[in-house]
Amino acid sequence: MATLTIDGAEVTVEDGITVLQACDLAGIEIPRFCYHERLSIAGNCRMCLVEMERSPKPIASCAMPVADGMVIRTNTPSVRKAREGVMEFLLINHPLDCPICDQGGECDLQDQAMAYGRDRNRFQENKRAVKDKDLGPLVATIMTRCIHCTRCIRFATEIAGVEELGAMGRGEHMEVGTYVENALTSELSGNMIDLCPVGALTSKPYAFTARSWELRKTESIDVLDAVGSNIRVDARGREVVRVLPRLNEDVNEEWISDKTRFAYDGLSRQRLDTPYVRQGGKLKPATWEAAFAAIAERLKGVDGSKIAAIAGDLACAESMLALKDLMAALGSVHIDCRQDGAKLDAANRSSYLFNTTIAGIEEADACLLVGTNPRWEATLVNARLRKRWLAGGFPVGLIGAPVDLTYDVQHLGAGPATLKEIFDGRHDFAQVLKAAERPMIILGMAALARKDGAEILAAGVEIAEAFGMVGDGWNGFNVLHTAAARVAGLDLGFVPGEGGRDVEAILTGAQDGGIEAVYLLGADEIDMNRLGEAFVIYQGHHGDAGAHRADVILPGAAYTEKEATYVNLEGRVQRTARAIFPPGEAREDWTILRALSAELGHALPYDSLAALRTRLEDAAPSFAERGTVRPAAWQPFTATGQMLDAPFGAAVDDFYMTDPICRASETMAKCSTLYVSGGVKATGTDG
Amino acid sequence: MLRDEDRIFTNLYGQQPWGLTGAQARGDWDGTRALLVKGRDWIIDEVKDSGLRGRGGAGFPTGLKWSFMPKDSGGRPHYLVVNADEGEPGTCKDRDIIRHEPHKLVEGCLLAGFAMGAHACYIYIRGEFHAEANVLEAAIQEAYDAKLLGPDACGSGWAYDIYVHRGAGAYICGEEMALIESLEGKKGQPRLKPPFPANMGVWGCPTTVNNVESIAVAPTILRRGASWFAGLGRPKNTGTKVFCISGHVEHPCNVEEEMGIPLRELIEKHAGGVRGGWKNLKAIIPGGSSVPCLPSTICDDVLMDFDSLSAVKSGLGTAAVIVMDQSTDIIAAIARLSKFYMHESCGQCTPCREGTGWMSRVMDRLVEGKAHVDEIDLLLEVAGQVEGHTICALGDAAAWPIQGLVRHFRSEIEARILDHQKSAAGARAA
Repeated sequence: MATLTIDGAEVTVEDGITVLQACDLAGIEIPRFCYHERLSIAGNCRMCLVEMERSPKPIASCAMPVADGMVIRTNTPSVRKAREGVMEFLLINHPLDCPICDQGGECDLQDQAMAYGRDRNRFQENKRAVKDKDLGPLVATIMTRCIHCTRCIRFATEIAGVEELGAMGRGEHMEVGTYVENALTSELSGNMIDLCPVGALTSKPYAFTARSWELRKTESIDVLDAVGSNIRVDARGREVVRVLPRLNEDVNEEWISDKTRFAYDGLSRQRLDTPYVRQGGKLKPATWEAAFAAIAERLKGVDGSKIAAIAGDLACAESMLALKDLMAALGSVHIDCRQDGAKLDAANRSSYLFNTTIAGIEEADACLLVGTNPRWEATLVNARLRKRWLAGGFPVGLIGAPVDLTYDVQHLGAGPATLKEIFDGRHDFAQVLKAAERPMIILGMAALARKDGAEILAAGVEIAEAFGMVGDGWNGFNVLHTAAARVAGLDLGFVPGEGGRDVEAILTGAQDGGIEAVYLLGADEIDMNRLGEAFVIYQGHHGDAGAHRADVILPGAAYTEKEATYVNLEGRVQRTARAIFPPGEAREDWTILRALSAELGHALPYDSLAALRTRLEDAAPSFAERGTVRPAAWQPFTATGQMLDAPFGAAVDDFYMTDPICRASETMAKCSTLYVSGGVKATGTDG
Repeated sequence: MLRDEDRIFTNLYGQQPWGLTGAQARGDWDGTRALLVKGRDWIIDEVKDSGLRGRGGAGFPTGLKWSFMPKDSGGRPHYLVVNADEGEPGTCKDRDIIRHEPHKLVEGCLLAGFAMGAHACYIYIRGEFHAEANVLEAAIQEAYDAKLLGPDACGSGWAYDIYVHRGAGAYICGEEMALIESLEGKKGQPRLKPPFPANMGVWGCPTTVNNVESIAVAPTILRRGASWFAGLGRPKNTGTKVFCISGHVEHPCNVEEEMGIPLRELIEKHAGGVRGGWKNLKAIIPGGSSVPCLPSTICDDVLMDFDSLSAVKSGLGTAAVIVMDQSTDIIAAIARLSKFYMHESCGQCTPCREGTGWMSRVMDRLVEGKAHVDEIDLLLEVAGQVEGHTICALGDAAAWPIQGLVRHFRSEIEARILDHQKSAAGARAA
């Protein structure tokens, strides 16, 4: 601990922190532009200058470590003068185009100019103009506004792990850019927009949409992957106009992926805003009454054993529970939430969670990735792995398709054979795991969503056991989910009951007539051609694959339009909030199921969201705690079957096209074309 | 005046061969092993006692700097880095030292490196010094061949290697932290201090960066003794120094002289005096482009050392004496320096990146008088906003010449502005 005097008051702080941090702790605000607590220290903006006793010059507080007995003054005339000087320098070549700048109203430079700026300009020379750079479809640049704080450069290099940005040129001619003009190849690039203290980097899709003070801000949760990033949804009128990250050290820190941030335009395209009923082979708009009547009519007399339900990747816990209860009332045990066919056991919670937790990654000292590309499947988990790797002493091995994860990865092999070699200790990486104190294994859906998924899961468990990955206070066994709905579905037991059919069996049944009706709760990722002659009810918010196949469409609400519970891959229960209302006739999903149940003569026993949530907690006690992770008791198991030889594929083929919302988003389509299809321009015949 | 027997650089003018044989004839590499045997502490103490102050411009006591190197750094190697990126306008001493006395530098590298526990030394030489780098590399090779360097340098058992690294021509790479960055292969931008190089220098290891001249004088100091060196010059400003005299003098030259020699004597004895006589003198920049200029009134009796020059609000800097006679447009001269600093600012930190351009543009207008008298104060204020607020000293170096100009030649600037206003009014009337 170090005791220093700041503005006459004694403050005792931890060793190793900087004067600026000490001032923050003491409640003294120091203006800054280049300093950011998650990036390396640059010390180049010079805005944070303070006086230090026995130093002839003012010091940059962001870069000066505290020392015992230091005397710091932050409010003297000379400090103020120094800051005013720096502010004037920042402004002389800044365009001062705030009225047409998207950053206006939430601009650090604007705010601090109020405190330290002069009321008139003494600079009579011509201002500098800088050519804008094209950084791709997400980040807009107006480089004349750049104040050269280098936050974006440091973010790209350090956090995102893509060394693509740098400063070219010297002195006044210094420019931030990519040297050879190229789109940034990072799934985290949108965070640079937040980091930029001025309007040099702004959001391209959001450009000139709204002023920040016009927006209604709603704190919510992202559901486009299984991380459950904490977000803020900004809406104006009936439209979501942008999505920003919210701080949660345990989940996403203060970053979000580009999908989370930019897929929002998909929320207002391809929406199902009224019920539809198929008549004469064509879907026709209908009233709710007509839609429910059509369902009741078709299901009349159909035995429960011929009805099945599949929950999709974006389904909330409430609607899944309501659907499960409804199916039970109808006498069906054919329910499944594992669209991709992942062989996960809902009865063993520790076998399907990311037990280490995302924050826990930082304590691991070795990692084995099996059939996963975390960069695309859970971008923020990958960012945390990179953070851990940067800290040093973190060997990472990968079994599966080789991918660039932004950190050094030892590619060990392509399929289950390598897994076996490690378990038998015949592979070099086995020694690495053996030597580690807190090793971890991450099993991806590419390994589990295949015929031998159960055997691979068991092999993962055996490796975890054999290499001491699970012990007191440490659980290194992890499953990396790609679907936001999956963990809640497993927690609620949205899996086939006794003698029930899983997704594969449901589809087979639909083809051979064993299943007559299928209820799709936002399920779009299955092969719709295999639904055969079955009567398909689709409840969801987008006109995607499921809606095209459906016989009756019940329009639901997207995650920004309902208060719904989701459980992230760690088992963390979080809740979205309603930012806008669902469009047209669309309703919150649980109310649709509640209403339908009454029409079918099996009225569900809850009339309010509160009652449903009470039922939720009864169904799975883990729902009682929100925001935290309740560790699951470790239940090891073994498998009897054999693993196959086939190499692991990819769980996510296209980061930007994983769900109905993304597929409806123009921004995501642009990204997909540029980053995944290799920037091949669409020709006229592509539409 | 310095006696010939007290001269350290006896071949500064290259009248004798620079090679090892010639150097040994001049006393270089004489008993180096014996000096090494006396140990690290002895060398550092001796340099401390000699009062040697860094010859690169800042004048920090060299022995003290060496003593900052940790005794035990947990297995991290130590490095000596020699700054031969001589880029300060007006300065050309290191170039002649390398060209004609390379063995003084090479031997100094060994002794200094040994004193700080380094086994490797990097000489960062300015890229434009092509011929000099060739000479230096040849001299180092000679030393290796004679087993003066290498795994058993001078038979002392101390392994020592010297590497020459050529710069690419940026002035800022002469700043020690930017030099370290550049040496590591990065863009030459000064790093923040702390941590200081003695703790975290090249590749994060303890490093000392010294000027060529500071290192090259060390062997002679150690051979002749601290008291000999301390006996020259004035208290706290001891020893000899190579002065680079350029500009409006009869014979521009490099000359080694005693510290504290009167400026006038220096110029008249060694450079043949000011062109057109001392009375024709207008101003002198006594220490390279970064230090404020002095008007002739001060030049009459000022002494050439660190403390005397800082007492008249200038500095010894690199001891590059730039003489300007009455024919000089002093405003244009300083404006040219401002343009230089604008061009050489690395652009990393705000005050220097923005301030050097602003100052240069105002200076350009002042040259023609196209300004308002108030702008002189504005210029001073801008200079004050740059000075002391930057990461490295380039900001100060850009501010000082302007401050010196306004301090001593304000009336001239004002007169030019008024002239311009008059002629503009005349043009309008006509």
